[in-house]
Amino acid sequence: MQTEIVGKPVPRKEGRSKVTGTARYVDDLTMPGMLYGATVRSPTARGRIRSVTFGEGIPWDEFVVVTAQDIPGENAVALILLDQPYLASEVVNHAEEPILLLAHEDKHLLERARRAVSIDIEPLPAVFTLADSLAQKEIIWGEDNIFKSYLVDKGNVDDVWAQADVIVEGEYSTGAQEQLYIETNGIVAVANADEGVTVWGSMQCPYYVHKALLKLFALPPERVRVVQCETGGGFGGKEEYPSMIGGHAALLSWKAGGRPVKIIYDRAEDMVATTKRHPSLTRHRTAVTRDGRLLAMEIEFIVDGGAYATLSAVVLSRGTIHAAGPYHCPNIRIRSRAVATNVPPHGAFRGFGAPQSIFALERQMDKVAAAVGLSPAEFRRRNFIREGETTATGQVIREPVDMAGLLARAFELTDYEAKRERFARENAAGAGGVRRGIGFASFMHGAGFTGSGEDYLKSIVGAEADAEGRVRILAASTEIGQGTNTIFAQIASAALKLDYDLIDMAQPDTSNVPDSGPTVASRTCMIVGSLVESAALGLRQTLQGAGLLTDEYTVDEWRAACRRYLERYGTLKSFSQYKPPPGVRWDDEKYEGDAYGAFAWAVYVAEVTIDPLTYETRVDDFVAVQEVGKVVHPILAAGQIEGGVAQAIGFTLYENVVWRDGRMVNNGMTNYVMPTSADLPPIRVHFEEQPYQYGPAGGAKGIGELPLDGGAPAILNAIEHATGIAFTHVPLMPEALMRGLGETG
Amino acid sequence: MTEGTSRIDVACTVNGTARRLRVPAMARLLDVLREDLGLTGTKEGCGEGECGACSVFIDGELVNSCLVPVLQVERAEIKTIEGVSAGDAELHVVQQAFIECGGAQCGICTPGMVLAAISLLEHTPQPTDADIRHGLAGNLCRCTGYMKIFDAVVRACARAGVKA
Repeated sequence: MQTEIVGKPVPRKEGRSKVTGTARYVDDLTMPGMLYGATVRSPTARGRIRSVTFGEGIPWDEFVVVTAQDIPGENAVALILLDQPYLASEVVNHAEEPILLLAHEDKHLLERARRAVSIDIEPLPAVFTLADSLAQKEIIWGEDNIFKSYLVDKGNVDDVWAQADVIVEGEYSTGAQEQLYIETNGIVAVANADEGVTVWGSMQCPYYVHKALLKLFALPPERVRVVQCETGGGFGGKEEYPSMIGGHAALLSWKAGGRPVKIIYDRAEDMVATTKRHPSLTRHRTAVTRDGRLLAMEIEFIVDGGAYATLSAVVLSRGTIHAAGPYHCPNIRIRSRAVATNVPPHGAFRGFGAPQSIFALERQMDKVAAAVGLSPAEFRRRNFIREGETTATGQVIREPVDMAGLLARAFELTDYEAKRERFARENAAGAGGVRRGIGFASFMHGAGFTGSGEDYLKSIVGAEADAEGRVRILAASTEIGQGTNTIFAQIASAALKLDYDLIDMAQPDTSNVPDSGPTVASRTCMIVGSLVESAALGLRQTLQGAGLLTDEYTVDEWRAACRRYLERYGTLKSFSQYKPPPGVRWDDEKYEGDAYGAFAWAVYVAEVTIDPLTYETRVDDFVAVQEVGKVVHPILAAGQIEGGVAQAIGFTLYENVVWRDGRMVNNGMTNYVMPTSADLPPIRVHFEEQPYQYGPAGGAKGIGELPLDGGAPAILNAIEHATGIAFTHVPLMPEALMRGLGETG
Repeated sequence: MTEGTSRIDVACTVNGTARRLRVPAMARLLDVLREDLGLTGTKEGCGEGECGACSVFIDGELVNSCLVPVLQVERAEIKTIEGVSAGDAELHVVQQAFIECGGAQCGICTPGMVLAAISLLEHTPQPTDADIRHGLAGNLCRCTGYMKIFDAVVRACARAGVKA
């Protein structure tokens, strides 16, 4: 019996298969008679398709060719809106938009054929920037280029400006960020009219793909099956995109009469055509008293959604709700918009809008602090939200929250105050030499779907036991590296007081597992984990109800009870469905109320050195202090934070998407640079645990997205400390630093 | 597989077994391993020698197999992740350390990273922190932020018997 499984670093469930290379990813699958599929894409950002020409020297009669005319159902990727086609037929709205699909058994010939198709497009004026879209230079989507807008209005900011002691304005922006999971998108499909559609692939959300395929093929749910293979990283990049590539592979197989078709993107295609983090622009206007109390925050937050709506509305929502951060302010107005541009749609990426709006906020907070003559730390201490106070949406914080305590802990771990003073002195003395700085950011991240989202999803998890007493968890929540398999098994193990090794995870397969919702939004542990816990407990209650098990039991008694139950009734299964915690209210019209079941709270500190010759910024030390509820698995949890911080450091200093005419031109790992092991500082992770009363395993909250939020502002605050320059854009490349430092001498 | 390319015979040793391959001369070693020999533990991450997911040993040296035309491995000894510990055999000390320390998350870089760590410890049995950072810099990981990988290398190093 393992009684203290929660909090124990048990071996990752699929660890052995991963370190030995036996884990099966989609590109490791082959099937008899399998064809390879390729996508012919638009060379132009916006225009009308005039003609498609199949070049000479290719045996075209050997190829399977699919166009929009071959689609059995609706030519739209079903997600939120139905505006994005699987295959463009008359107009294209972004470079690299799919137009035509090809399949052949020889992938080298296939690649030659792909290049031999030429698409003639009559260009139309395109919009490539958020500013041009807002200015409605061209109307490229709907009536006004706006996918979605929100207004959060707390108190009345208009009454404040006239009598405020100090008003500070600021404008901040962030660039796109490439996902760069090391496994590119890939799918194998088998589809025909007799057997329906089955896809196997790399994905986060099997039921999203399922929903999309139903629409594409006009089939009933039982005729479509989606199976997740081992998935080599997701980060949001495999939230919505697998619906696209999954549909493409299935269309090719359908046209080929059911021969299996595999589509694996190479790195260049994955980078140029799939989703990235939304670029953003944020404007702040902040009113404070002379002694540094926040009076009003007026925030305008805009994200560039690319050519189609995809998930921009929800990315915008999370960014909006997080835009005012972990502070108490009586008057807050946040206006936000997601706008259309003629670039490939931007999509979900870890943090989902919050890293963008929190970057702006935490730069602004340093600016306001300076304006009232307070240190960044003291200014924040005077405004940190406390239990019983309300967030921007009017959510009353009902859990104990101690931001000042997290700040103190982070400062102690970094010797912040002494370094802040020493670096300032040394920078002033050593003109022209290296400059050093230290800065921080304080922030929070909500776990689970926003507002009424979880209520709408109504996720379900199952648990079943066999005659040996082994328990299998049935969930569509995917293991994408973050540790779903392991923490779910820990949660079930703790609930049933059974050995961790007795718990198995079913492969996410829509023909076999219920819809536990998408693997996104830091919801897997907190929301789905609770369902795992209650489904597992349901097994025990069933056995007890049948009189086969007492309150206290040994493993052998458990096994015997399962065996007897199965002899008597045939199957032993239990399902649990999401119910909101008591007292939760959310108003979708006013965008007001309890936005999230729980927040994780954090303070991150970065220490930097700037090279005076190369203008490179090196992060020398990074400390991440956070309160995330009960930590289920200390190594996996720390791994989430470290990996997220590394991505945040990339977002801040390394990862620069270069656009030309709406197309990413540095779409290779050689010239889009992510941090290597030689680039990163020690990332020191510290957890505070304040159990969340409705969380599983004694009170766990969400954790996955949090670490993306704090890195960029902490680093730019440190760079301002080092240089005296208030940079406002990430990524901050050495060229920008050189220009900035050149201007100030 | 490669259309329009003449095939050649290549004799080499893969994970201790002598192999005679009839393959297109310019086929990538990566594809030959994965498709002709079914050794799918070697992964493709970028196809341009940046990410190291396709790392294998050729005559004891770590290389990116996506950059190696198969004609170059005539008479060479190749070792892939499948040759590090076969089937139910005991794991290599580096593999065991990766499991214990959380060095693998999504796992797609892991085979290459394990080989890179083994290579590092062969060349530098007692690596400093800087040795580890620079020794693994040719292998990209998007999940871990590398910290748990460093922990795994340190733990493996602390145990006796590091040998590829």
